[in-house]
Amino acid sequence: MSDGLVWLGTPAFPQAARKALTDTQLRRNLRKATGTIRDKRLRVSAELDDWEQLRDSAAALKLRTLRHLDRYLEQLEASVTAAGGTVHWAADAAEANRIVVELVKATGGPDGGTREVVKVKSMATQEIGLNEALAAEGIAAYETDLAELIVQLADDRPSHILVPAIHRNRAEIREIFRTRMADVPAELTDEPRALAEAARLHLREKFLRAKVAISGANFAVAETGTVLVVESEGNGRMCLTLPETLITVMGVEKVVPSFADLEVFLQLLPRSATGERMNPYTSAWTGVHEGDGPSTFHLVLLDNGRTATLADQVGRQALGCIRCSACLNVCPVYERVGGHAYGSVYPGPIGAILTPQLAGVGRGSEDGADSLPFASTLCGACYDACPVKINIPEVLVHLRAKVVDAKRGRTVPTMESLVMRAATQVLAAPGRLSMAQKAGALGGRLVGRGGRIGPLPGPFHAWSDTRDLPVPPAESFRAWWQRTHPEETGR
Amino acid sequence: MRVALFITCFNDTLFPETGRAVVSLLERLGHQVDFPLGQTCCGQPQFNTGYRPEALPLVRRFAGAFAGYDAVVTPSGSCAGMVRENHPLLAADDPGLRRAVEEVAPKVYELSEFLVDVLGVTDVGAYYPHRVTYHPTCHSLRMLRVGDRPLRLLRAVKGIELVELPGAEECCGFGGTFAVKNPDVSAAMLADKMRQVLDTRAEVLTAGDNSCLMHIGGGLGRLRTGMRTVHLAEILAATEGPASTEGGAR
Ligand code: SF4
Repeated sequence: MSDGLVWLGTPAFPQAARKALTDTQLRRNLRKATGTIRDKRLRVSAELDDWEQLRDSAAALKLRTLRHLDRYLEQLEASVTAAGGTVHWAADAAEANRIVVELVKATGGPDGGTREVVKVKSMATQEIGLNEALAAEGIAAYETDLAELIVQLADDRPSHILVPAIHRNRAEIREIFRTRMADVPAELTDEPRALAEAARLHLREKFLRAKVAISGANFAVAETGTVLVVESEGNGRMCLTLPETLITVMGVEKVVPSFADLEVFLQLLPRSATGERMNPYTSAWTGVHEGDGPSTFHLVLLDNGRTATLADQVGRQALGCIRCSACLNVCPVYERVGGHAYGSVYPGPIGAILTPQLAGVGRGSEDGADSLPFASTLCGACYDACPVKINIPEVLVHLRAKVVDAKRGRTVPTMESLVMRAATQVLAAPGRLSMAQKAGALGGRLVGRGGRIGPLPGPFHAWSDTRDLPVPPAESFRAWWQRTHPEETGR
Repeated sequence: MRVALFITCFNDTLFPETGRAVVSLLERLGHQVDFPLGQTCCGQPQFNTGYRPEALPLVRRFAGAFAGYDAVVTPSGSCAGMVRENHPLLAADDPGLRRAVEEVAPKVYELSEFLVDVLGVTDVGAYYPHRVTYHPTCHSLRMLRVGDRPLRLLRAVKGIELVELPGAEECCGFGGTFAVKNPDVSAAMLADKMRQVLDTRAEVLTAGDNSCLMHIGGGLGRLRTGMRTVHLAEILAATEGPASTEGGAR
């Protein structure tokens, strides 16, 4: 189940998170998994003494490409076409799905077309809900990445960009295979090797049979028309080379100007993603070649909210993302709630800035997407980890302002906006602040005991359920200063 | 050098002892400190929650109150970060204000930065005979990059037993309005932070921001752990002899 950018039925983040927090197994799995990747990433990135310069280069490359995106995309279209591929443009998810469905149908013989495709793990096709669109036309899409296969078999949703089944442990995976995989070996253990072998046998036959493969792309080179997929398991290589027809769905922001630019990204991506110096399989292809690989290649260039995001000078940074998921692995919020609470194929810090932008920020609704920019303490760990230096905290605060601004002018203002306005009223004048301090000190004394304020009712419970509050002191600093420095008028 | 104290509205109202500690510490080091009474708040809560127009008058007030000082010291990493990083951004559309902000913002220092970088001291002559652990708050760590300055100051304190905090660089879960907007995630992060803090068996947890300390201390207090939270300034201000400004409950 990967039903599009924003999942229907997911509540706003705080509610979804509350539910996720009660899942002990999930929290244990996440702590272990993210902790391991985090340490590995730190180790291998420290090996490169030009790591920071690489990050700077990557950020500069991405921003430059985004500034001239139209030009690079046209160049990409020309070079892919010249190499024997066909380029399609899709404005939104529905159009992209329609294009792919038609292409798949067209590959069959007179009996009505191909009824199955193999897939390489791809965020773009999840974003548009391609598997569901194919299923609606009677076409089965088989995910071939191990973790993606687990999610698909369990009728589950992905919870991590790179490790979609990070919320599952070995025992759970064994159970999913036993109950959902038709050709499961009789004596399946929960040894990683045994699980991988079962998946391999299950997939092998599908690879050999499939006429059509569908992939995403990590990069596409405008200059040469070369498309790249970076992966670990080799399933991608099988999909990209065995079938007759290859259809790649790619977000328009994945284009890079020249082949040489890959030098930067291919050093950063595997180290940031899995903590490896180099990932096991990097496949690159340029159009089609007689007798070598697929004989037909289609590239679907997907907008789906990207050009709207591009128009926002601060928000557009999010389009530089290379989907390494380092920001997820270091995020203290993600580590505790997992991916599902974000209600989108893009979870974690990148999801919190990308999903609302692709969906259209601040349409005034209280739905999941608008709650995401607030799902962060702004601790900044993601910014430090991001290989393309996306200033995620900056974009989060920027989007918060957009969400708040969208709600302004409502006939009934939100409670929060009233509080914020009142606070500014008080803080705009030191005299008013002094008075508020005196009132607060008195109020605190009335409810506090032994210097602390315990659980409180009403709007204060969100804080006081788990934390005591200090009783405000009888004398503020300002009052103390004026008492002890009467000679100074100050300003 | 004309030095002003930016107490922050939060410390002004809830933790005046931290401000008194900064004053006595700097006076002990031979520096006269001013407290411009026109100051209120840096506008961080408004800005970080998405209320930019509401933050703007506070930016203007700040720039006016602190104009003309050589240095502005504040016992808050996150407020120092707000002024240095975000005031220029908020003032961008108003040339007059922008000039005023560009003048003041670079002179705003978090306490440990001011002591180590501007005054060039690490041994401030403090005495604090307690077992202490230090939590580097996110904004001082990743926005201001204070690095190990606070630890260098603490290591030079006489009588102190400084213990390392495991997982120190992980956020405590406060995050300003995050603690109220996402109370459950905030509490979960707090629980993990408290576990690490308690594991150190320290008597005192210190940091450069009372907001994070109020959050962690509020959790420690609720559980009656007996561990105290004390702002870095109060430890550095403490001396031998009659008990000086020690922190109250947070
Ligand atoms: S935002 Fe940065 S760290 Fe996060 S997935 Fe994208 S590239 Fe990686």
